[in-house]
Amino acid sequence: MPKSKEQHLAELPKKKFKIMNLVWVVIMVLGLFLSVDVTNTHISVLFNNFSQFTDIFVQMCHPDWGYAATAVPLLIETIKMAILGTVMGSAIAFVYSLLIARNIVKNKAVTGILRIIMNIVRTIPDLLLGAIFVAVVGIGPVAGVLALTVFTFGVVVKLFYEAIETIDPGPIEALTAVGANKLQIIHFAVMPQILTYFISYVLYAFEINVRASTVLGYIGAGGIGLYLQQTLQVFDYAKTGMIILVIIVVVVIIDYISTKSREALMK
Amino acid sequence: MDTTMKKLPPKPVDTKKKIQHWTIAIVTVVLIIWSFVGMDFGGIKASAGQIAGAIVAGIFHPDWSYVYNGSGEDLISQLWETICIAFLGTFISAIISLPFAFWAANTRHKKWYTSRSGKVVLAVIRSFPEIVLALMFIKAVGPGSAAGVLALGFHSVGMLAKLFSEAIENLEEGANEAVTAAGGSKFNIIMFATMPNLMPALISNTLYRFDVSIRSASILGLVGAGGIGYPLIIALQYRQWNRVGVILVGIIVMVVVIDWISGWIRKKLV
Amino acid sequence: MAATNQPMIQLKNVGKIYDNGTVGLKDINLNIDKGEFVVVVGLSGAGKSTLLRSINRLQDVSEGDIIIDGKSITSAKGKDLREIRRDIGMIFQSFNLVKRSSVLRNVLTGRVGYYPTWKTTFNLFAKEDKQKAYEALQRVDLADKVYTRADQLSGGQQQRVAIARVLTQNPKIILADEPTASLDPQTSRRVMHDLKMLNEEYGMTVVANLHSVELAKEFGDRVIGVRAGQIVYDGKMSETSQAVFDDIYNGGNGKKGEEDA
Repeated sequence: MPKSKEQHLAELPKKKFKIMNLVWVVIMVLGLFLSVDVTNTHISVLFNNFSQFTDIFVQMCHPDWGYAATAVPLLIETIKMAILGTVMGSAIAFVYSLLIARNIVKNKAVTGILRIIMNIVRTIPDLLLGAIFVAVVGIGPVAGVLALTVFTFGVVVKLFYEAIETIDPGPIEALTAVGANKLQIIHFAVMPQILTYFISYVLYAFEINVRASTVLGYIGAGGIGLYLQQTLQVFDYAKTGMIILVIIVVVVIIDYISTKSREALMK
Repeated sequence: MDTTMKKLPPKPVDTKKKIQHWTIAIVTVVLIIWSFVGMDFGGIKASAGQIAGAIVAGIFHPDWSYVYNGSGEDLISQLWETICIAFLGTFISAIISLPFAFWAANTRHKKWYTSRSGKVVLAVIRSFPEIVLALMFIKAVGPGSAAGVLALGFHSVGMLAKLFSEAIENLEEGANEAVTAAGGSKFNIIMFATMPNLMPALISNTLYRFDVSIRSASILGLVGAGGIGYPLIIALQYRQWNRVGVILVGIIVMVVVIDWISGWIRKKLV
Repeated sequence: MAATNQPMIQLKNVGKIYDNGTVGLKDINLNIDKGEFVVVVGLSGAGKSTLLRSINRLQDVSEGDIIIDGKSITSAKGKDLREIRRDIGMIFQSFNLVKRSSVLRNVLTGRVGYYPTWKTTFNLFAKEDKQKAYEALQRVDLADKVYTRADQLSGGQQQRVAIARVLTQNPKIILADEPTASLDPQTSRRVMHDLKMLNEEYGMTVVANLHSVELAKEFGDRVIGVRAGQIVYDGKMSETSQAVFDDIYNGGNGKKGEEDA
């Protein structure tokens, strides 16, 4: 159709082969096969037993409404645990962040060592902390609060010290120039710039903690998770369903409130 | 110098804001006090300090015989199993997440309730406790790492699909329009414009999720869904503090290394 | 082909009111014949873009009918709509390339309308089409960039890839929405030359929104002036004086346009 001009048009050259792409594909496929083998996961098993899974699910979908009243006291304990863990963990994180922010503490050795400790603490998952604290202090909400405290510390400290390091250095210089000491600098130049961030991170940590605290009870660290364990043990899925429903409702409400307040804060 | 200086005017008061601030502050303090009151602080074991000391000592005097002994029940094998659970679980959830992400993404051409309903579904999946999911799968496929893989695969969809859908929402419309203008179908748009533009975000979010999955996989064992969590809880129950120590070290090293690798890949990606 | 005297693009009483009540287009009647090079001029916000994007229905109109080569695009749906769109290429101000895909794949995007979906999904483009795409790239002097990723090209090069994409699509009509607005003067001229080439050598009908009166004068055969969503001028370029342009851009403060549509 197009009346091509006499311009000589060349053949399309072959595409250059990129070895790295192949390497990645091989790694992925190999990883898949290996992990299927190691974990012994076969889809057939799932399909064969899927009726059992749906069975449990269906039973959970008919929650035992009467059980809600029983669940409430432990639910309150759960929220209390989350609040305490958040408050204590955040308080420690606040001070710690100031110590590892390089624009405040200039000593690289101090910040370096403290950062390594922080990074190690951050690697341990919440429930694992719970299990350890149950072993240390015994079964009960105290283990949960301690686990959440350490966990919150890990979440908040990372976000917060990074926020501190990105603040405008101008005011710090100005304060240094008028002869202020470290605490004065922090109070007048650093605080005003970072306080909203801090509150926002605390709220974020609180969201995570509410989720985490609901299952801590399963391993004996207090809160509503205890009933999860009890009802599942006796196959009373209607009650389990009720607890899960309560958990989801609480989590969604708290998520919503916290997200909205964070948005309002950052405006 | 005959200028008469004006006096400092009083600070302007914004009563509404002041009340707001004070209310928030008071409510917060009351909540904190309320949390302390009635919390059962009793029952702390007298031996608490001693046990904590034993665990810390265990970290520094690890049970080397447990690290590798070729039995398949040693630390290395269990960590490897944990990684495999996380890998497969993340892979499965990434695949399931894609359609969910397109469902939940709030793009111009959709009715508002479509994406809203998708977001609600994802929020529910996110809130459904992973541990419970693992227990349900244990009932279905028996205890072991397969249950862990499935639990992780389904639970991660809640978060991963949310991240994916946000990436879709942030895409530029331009390339999509170009395909539409050339007579492309909706599916053409996805394959030619959306997916290539989306790929980096998908990979980077999946890698991020893999980091999280590694942590999750190491706790699934606490309820019997495979991985390093199981030997840990056993060691805790049998008060083998040296073993607890070495397992903790193992988990920390594993998580740090995986974080480092995935961070490195993500950096190369952008 | 359709009857000789049938216009390529026909707009009948077209109007567009946005959801927020803003009037985008008002009572547009317009015929564009095959092979014309039409430039649409007007202030930004006058409705040039809306006009162009209505022609291939990237935006729906609120009233009236648009007929492309004898077929109504306003009432077309699904496959029919896509087939009409296949005959209308579009060049965008922001190029709209898939930045992370190769130049070749971007150019091949022009062919998607010719394939069933499953084939394009697995990248099963015919060899001829790949060759056609490569030839199109040679027409715009970008043959050496065929496997380069689009985001590594300069703005002018990206726009020329977009032109190659349109050439590969082999449409009857090309809509160019401010094709040069993000380019420097020299690159702009190059891009306009390429558009002119498509117009003259391939007989494609071109409708271009242009900001620059200079470029409009140099490349257009016919001028359409738009102000506040209405056509306020329509005439041959050779018969259009500077005064007319001044009037179009002066928002009606000067003397009235000589010819209303």
